[in-house]
Parts: sequence; C-alpha cells; structure tokens
Amino acid sequence: MNEPNLNLWLIPILPLIGAAINGLLGKRFSRQVVAAVALCFSGAAFAKALQVVLQFSSLPTIPHVETVATWLRSGDFSVSYSFALDQLSVVMLMVVTGVGFLIHIYSVGYMWEEGGYYRFFSYLNLFMFFMLTLVLASNYLLMFIGWEGVGLASYLLIGFFFTRDSAAAAGKKAFIVNRIGDFGFLIALFLMIQHFGSLNFSDVFSKIASNPQQFPVESAGAGVLTAIGLLLMVGACGKSAQIPLYVWLPDAMEGPTPVSALIHAATMVTAGVYMVARSHVIFERAPSAMMVVAIIGTLTAFFAATIGIAQTDIKKVLAYSTVSQLGYMFMACGVGAFSAGIFHLMTHAFFKGLLFLAAGSVIHAVGGEQDMRKMGGLWKKIPWTWGTMLIATCAIAGIPGLSGFFSKDEILWRAYQYPYGGPVFWIVGVVTAFMTSFYMFRLMFMTFAGEYRGAAGASHGHEEHAEHGTHLGRDDESRAGVPAPHDPAPHGHGHGGIHESPWVMLAPLVVLAILSVVGGWVGIPGSLGGNNHFDKFLGPVFRSSTPAVNAEHAQSGESVPPEQTTEGEEPKTGHSTELMFTGISVAAGLLGLFLAWLLYSAKPDLPDRIADSIHALYTAVANKYWVDEMYATIFVKPLIGISTLVFWRGVDQTVIDGTLNGGAAGARELSDEVRHMQSGNLRSYAGWIAIGAACVIAYMVWVGTR
Amino acid sequence: MEEIPVSYYLVLSAILFACGVTGFLIKRNIITIFMSIELMLNGVNLSFVAFAARWHNLSGQVFVFFVMVVAAAEAAVGLAIIIAVFRTRETLNIDQVNLLKL
Repeated sequence: MNEPNLNLWLIPILPLIGAAINGLLGKRFSRQVVAAVALCFSGAAFAKALQVVLQFSSLPTIPHVETVATWLRSGDFSVSYSFALDQLSVVMLMVVTGVGFLIHIYSVGYMWEEGGYYRFFSYLNLFMFFMLTLVLASNYLLMFIGWEGVGLASYLLIGFFFTRDSAAAAGKKAFIVNRIGDFGFLIALFLMIQHFGSLNFSDVFSKIASNPQQFPVESAGAGVLTAIGLLLMVGACGKSAQIPLYVWLPDAMEGPTPVSALIHAATMVTAGVYMVARSHVIFERAPSAMMVVAIIGTLTAFFAATIGIAQTDIKKVLAYSTVSQLGYMFMACGVGAFSAGIFHLMTHAFFKGLLFLAAGSVIHAVGGEQDMRKMGGLWKKIPWTWGTMLIATCAIAGIPGLSGFFSKDEILWRAYQYPYGGPVFWIVGVVTAFMTSFYMFRLMFMTFAGEYRGAAGASHGHEEHAEHGTHLGRDDESRAGVPAPHDPAPHGHGHGGIHESPWVMLAPLVVLAILSVVGGWVGIPGSLGGNNHFDKFLGPVFRSSTPAVNAEHAQSGESVPPEQTTEGEEPKTGHSTELMFTGISVAAGLLGLFLAWLLYSAKPDLPDRIADSIHALYTAVANKYWVDEMYATIFVKPLIGISTLVFWRGVDQTVIDGTLNGGAAGARELSDEVRHMQSGNLRSYAGWIAIGAACVIAYMVWVGTR
Repeated sequence: MEEIPVSYYLVLSAILFACGVTGFLIKRNIITIFMSIELMLNGVNLSFVAFAARWHNLSGQVFVFFVMVVAAAEAAVGLAIIIAVFRTRETLNIDQVNLLKL
C-alpha cells in the first residue's frame, strides 16, 4: 500500500470552515474581512484541488479512494465518509472550485451594496462545501448528502432577498420541486441497498459488471436496473431542471445574479448530469432508462429553447437557456455519449457562468433593471461586459472555434451516430441549436445594440419602447416612477449613470471569457484535426466494466479497447459525414444569428408583426405554455384542498386533536369523581385499605381453591 | 388427646382481627379505637403462635414477642398522646380532632 495520501477531505472542509466563520462571526466583521474570509477559503479549496489534480496522473490506482471514517454500519452494510478521485471527479472538481472561486470574486463586487453581506458569503461557501462533497463522494449516500446540501444552499440563496415575497416563494418552490426528485433518488438508493447491499460506487458497479447473468442488459424487459435508472433520472430531473420538474429554475432567478451563475448555471444544476454519468454502469444495462433520459433531455432542450425565445427578462432568457443546455447534456448521456455530456457540462459552466455574470454586470450598470425592452445601446457604455458577453454568446451559439461549438457538436454527432441515438435526436438538437443561437443573439441585440430605451436614459425613442410583446408592454410614464424591484439598496445610478462594473467584477468575466474560448480545445474531435483528449481522458471512467455494452458498441462500429475508441468510429461513418453534420449545425447557429440581427437590429418592428400574426402560439410561448398554471391546477390546488379538508380538518382536528382532547377531558372527569375518595378522613382510608385487603384475600382464596 | 386443628385458631384469629377492624372503623372514641388496634394485633399474634405450634418453629413465637413489645411501646406513646389531646381539646371524639385534614 503505497497510496499517496492526498487529504481529499480538505477540499470540501475548507469552504465549510469559511462558511462557519462568516456565518457565526460575520455579523461583527467589516465587509472587507467577510470578503477576505470567503475568498481565502474558497481560494484555498481551489488551490488544494489544483494540487490534487497535478498529482492525479501519478496516482497508482484510479479511482483513488480515501476513507476518513466509518459513518454507519448495520450488519454487512456499511457506509463511510470516503472520497474518491477519478477522471470524472477531477473534471467536476476543477469546474466547481475554479468557476466557484471566480464567482466568489465577482460577488465581492456585485453584492457590495447589499445587506446581509456575511450571510451571502456564508451560504456561498456552504454551497461549495456541499457541491464538493457531492462530486468527491465515493458512495451514493455521501453523494446524497451533498445533493441535499446543495439544495439547501440553493434554497437559502434563492430566498436571499427574503423580504421580497416572490423571492421567498421561489426559494420554497425550488426546494419543494427538488424534494420530488430527491424522493426518486432516495428510492433508487433503497433499491441499491436491497439488491447490491452496498452504496459504494465501486461495489455497486463491480457487482453489476461481474454478474452478467444476474444483471443482464435489460433490453427485452424492464428489471431492477431499469427501475434504479429511472428513479435516478427522477432525481436528476429535479436537480437539473428537466421536464417535468424544470419549473423551479426560472423562478430561481429571484436570487442574486452570482447565485444564478454559480448554482443555477455552472454547478448545482449539472449535478444531475454528473450523477447520471457517474451511474453509467447502471444506465448502460437499462436501455429503456437510457431512452427515457435521451427523450427527456431532447424534449427539454427543445421546449425550454422555445420559451427562451419570447422572454423579456434578461435572466429568464438565460434560465431557460440553461434548462435547454442541460437538456443537451441529458440527451448526450441518454444516447450513451457520457463524456460528451460532461464535456458540454464543463464548457457550459464556463460560458453560461460568464453569461450570467455579464448579465449581472448589465443589471448592475442599469441600476437593477432586468427587462431587456428597457435596455439597448449599452455596448459603448459597458464595453468589457459587452465584449465578454459576446464571446460567451458566440460560444453557446456554436460559432466555430469556441468551446460551445466543440461540445455541442460532439453531442449532436454522437446523438446521431451512437447506437442509442438516432436522426430524430440530431434533428431536434440542430433545431434547438438554431433557436439557442437566435434567442441568445436576440438578447445581445436587445441589450447592447440600438438606442438606450431605459426610463432613466436621456434619449429614449418612444416608438421603440414596445418593440416586443405588446400585451406585456407597460407605459413608460408609470415605469419611470416605479423603483426596480431587484434593487433593494439603490446606489445612485437610478438616474442615468450607466457605468462599467469595477475590476473585481470584470476580472472573473475576462477569465471566464478566455475559458469560454479555449475550454473546448481539449476536446477537438478527430474530424477537425484534433484527437479529442477530453474523451480519451474520461475514457477509463466510462468504458470500464461494461463488456456487454462495449460488445454492442463493437457491433455498431465501436471497438472495445478504450484506446481505439475514436478510431473505432471511422468504419461506420467517415470524417466527411461528421464534417457535414458539423457544417449543418454551424449553419443553424449562423442562421439564428442572422435572424436575430434581422428581427432585432435591422427591422425592429418585425417581431411585433410576427407575434401578432401567430398570436395564439406567441401568447402560449410568452406565458411559458402555462405550465406553472397547469401544475397549480393539477397538483397544487387539489393538494391544498385535500390537505385542508382531509388532513387538517379531518385527520388533524378530528382524529388527533379529538383523541388528545377527549383523553384529557375524560381524565379530568374521572379524577373529579375519584377525588372524593381522598376525603382526609383517616377511617375512610382505613376502610378502603380493609376493602382492598379483603379483595386481595378473596382473589387469592379464589385462585388457591380453583 | 385430640389436637385442635390449626384452622380453629385461624378462624378465631380472623374473627378477632375483623372485630378490631370494625371497631377501628365505626368507633369515635380514641381510646376505643386504640383498643381495636390492640385487638387486631392480638388477632395476628394468635395466628403467629398457632402456626408456630403447628410447624414447631420458634420464629413465630419470637415474632409475637416483638409485636407485644412494639404494642407496649405504642400503647405508652399513644396513651400519652391521648392524654395530651384531651388536655388541650377536652374531647376524645376523633371527629373533632381532625385538624391535620385539609
């Protein structure tokens, strides 16, 4: 045993210490000290993670598991506090600590004017702790702790401005919707305990892999693995905001913007993708579960993208975009291209984190306004924000050379070519890519191009005001007087002073912009002259212990040994086909860009006319297909009704309160009667004693003579 | 000579005890109540010695001596209390000396 001790436990613990210091003592600290503590500990976690990653290649065994202590033990079943490091968790570790640290820096500037500064950073560090526990856990139960913990941190941060009812409600919504998903996850854990007697990743996966008779590929009928896979997917749907549980994520935009960037774009919402990828051994033996994952992912990608087109709140657009991109990741996982899903997860963390931070910078610049219809022409005033956001937009739209291009292209190609995939997934994916490009450039044009349309601006053209969405338009006289709801602490730029954000906010933007450009270069596919290092790096994680599926891959053109995988694709479809597909998706992206330019820059009155001509469809999309209202009617209202009538009035008030109150009243009445025995008259006591003794004697005589 | 069965003694003992209990419950004069207690004690004593004679075991007889000693001590203390009560209250009716009752 010459396993090096990397002290993996330090990585999650460091942010926890920061959270504890800021949470317990932060009230007395100045803002500078709070920021220093938060940055110190999240930075230390990043440094520690870097150090671990640098030693990763020299580890003798992968996954490298470090056990800190035994947590619980019951018979043969035991769970320990242990952390595992393999290629997958290395990627997640770098994304979480790296992007997390950048967003911490950004938050120092963004949250400077807000109340509850220490509270914010305490929660943010707490989130880092749970997220790192989630990605480093070596068993499902510890992962579940992290999973629940990030949910808690998410709830706390969404409801950060808790004096606003909408924020508090959004926090509760996120928490409750996530509970539905967690319920599925939990049952999957129970099933695993029942069938594998363990929750360790290595034990579960090796048990599945070594018993092909007991756990065959369930292609014919659904079995245990399908059930576990589907239940895990329910959990992933909740956490990663997939249909039908995606409704919480758009509302989660009530939280501060850095939170949206960190939790609801870069890290937490990708936990579901991570979990599905982590459980790939289970999914690979449950083709119907894979199919469900792929279909849910594809539908979500498409569905959310359509909603994103008609949103006017800058953060809501990004929120639906996030849901849509997460759909891509699930589509990738569902067709079996796990490494492509993780690749997109990573690049998405860069560019979507950047998009949110830049949107935060825009909101900061215009004094808390989030409605894009009141922006415009900002590119001259906030050039750094504009530049970085443009890079991120190009990345998400799949402009060649940027990170999103490689990862999205990888997913689309695999969706077409992999055995679980098919042309349908590819077509929907390309259409979604077109819509993604369209709504993102629409956002860019509305925000940065043209004339400033804000109420505070000096030159606001009235005719451009209701540029979009007539039924949502409000007259600007009333708008001018109403303070922006987002801005609880007005800091002086409510009257026209649009200004660039401080360097502490711009620096993370620039770093993330660089990452958004180069982040994809680790996974340049063979067809474009690269050799997909990323895929090969993750290869050992995703191709181990699945001989049956590998065999299936081999039949369809892929070979079993991991080192030959990329070459193994060639026989089926050559580079030319792949290049053609790449060309088509790039064309889709450019078409989206062109259309957005046409509608929102060249001919700004066109969108209204289009919206009018397809009024019904437009209204449906702008109202998010009334999904929230539908859920309220189908689930929430009946639930409240049943709870009120049956559980509250019926069970609680009648049965439970009735039993307790009736018992108490009965006891009082009985004691009222019995009280009279206690007269204080000694002879009556003696009489009772005598009667009692007589009864005892009579009983004994009766027993003795029977 | 025919031996008297132990049950006779026990029945007599029970009758004595029952007389004592009855007297304790229905009498109002403290001295009568006191005598009823003595009657109960002696009823028990009788059964002790009856069993002792029946089983040829001295413990019962020894127990009776203890009971008699305790009864004598109790009589001394009890009568002293009764005299003290009579001096202060000028009555021996227990219904009029129930001050300890709530």
